[in-house]
Amino acid sequence: MPNFGVLFFPGSNCDHDCYHAIRKILGQPCDLIWHEETSLAGIDCVVIPGGFSYGDYLRAGAISQFSPVVGPLRELAGLGVPVIGICNGFQILVESGLLPGAFIHNSSLKFVCRWTNVRIEDTDTPFTYLLRKGEMLKLPVANAQGNFVLPPGRNDVEEQRIVLRYCGKDGELSAEANPSGAEDNIAGIANSQGNVLGMMPHPERSFENLLGSEDGKRMFESAISWIKAKDTAGETV
Amino acid sequence: MKLFSVKIEVKLKPVVLDPQGKAVLNALSGLGFSGVSDARVGKVVELTMEGESAEEVSRRAEEMCRKLLSNPVIEDSSVEVAEKQDA
Repeated sequence: MPNFGVLFFPGSNCDHDCYHAIRKILGQPCDLIWHEETSLAGIDCVVIPGGFSYGDYLRAGAISQFSPVVGPLRELAGLGVPVIGICNGFQILVESGLLPGAFIHNSSLKFVCRWTNVRIEDTDTPFTYLLRKGEMLKLPVANAQGNFVLPPGRNDVEEQRIVLRYCGKDGELSAEANPSGAEDNIAGIANSQGNVLGMMPHPERSFENLLGSEDGKRMFESAISWIKAKDTAGETV
Repeated sequence: MKLFSVKIEVKLKPVVLDPQGKAVLNALSGLGFSGVSDARVGKVVELTMEGESAEEVSRRAEEMCRKLLSNPVIEDSSVEVAEKQDA
């Protein structure tokens, strides 16, 4: 069974939600890993949870990128190990340069906490491996700086690996469906290899129908299947 | 070694939308201040630094901007250095 590692920083607050989802609901081995750790040996999938690491001081994710655990995180990311950054975890991945782009304040200037629909745009990542292009997931967002911008001057979206886009009920892209004003309705983006995914909505908060949706579970089930398929194929993960 | 006051300004690049600036602009016009056509909000970081010369301090401050104080993807930064006078 794949070993999950949930990193946590001073001010992370979704670490136990992720742990609950992975350990209790999916029954997978899962470690909670403090940001001062200098090794991620034996981890098959890294989860960077949401929250307000370092109080969002300076810029969300700006200070966490220098935590000791980010060194081994970069190594694993380079080796093709699946990495998912959720909300503040996405912001940390962007600040550390593991994903392109940046975040600014939501266009509404408000903290937005609500359900969104996201459309799957790219299934060639571990976390969308079992999903179909064009299908929709119901996932919640909760952020103040979720307004994603692509690097100015590199706005050719064809070159970017956009994995998730906010959409309406019928899959249409619209301003109403976009909770933060994110460029091109981007809710999630991957690195060029596809193994590092950042997303603003919270899949770990949509694991149980009691809480409104089970759709987020499918992204983690995808990662588990992807890792097992790679193992079977004899590749080291 | 001398002491220097270092003032670093960080602002969003002109091509990046500034939601805070827009809100400030709306608030100003709501208060009746007319004739304001644009508002951009940035931040100022003030440091006291030891160094050999203003040039050397400025070089280090620029490196701080690149590494931490600004996000060069969306922000521009500028550095002003002044030698501190003895109290």
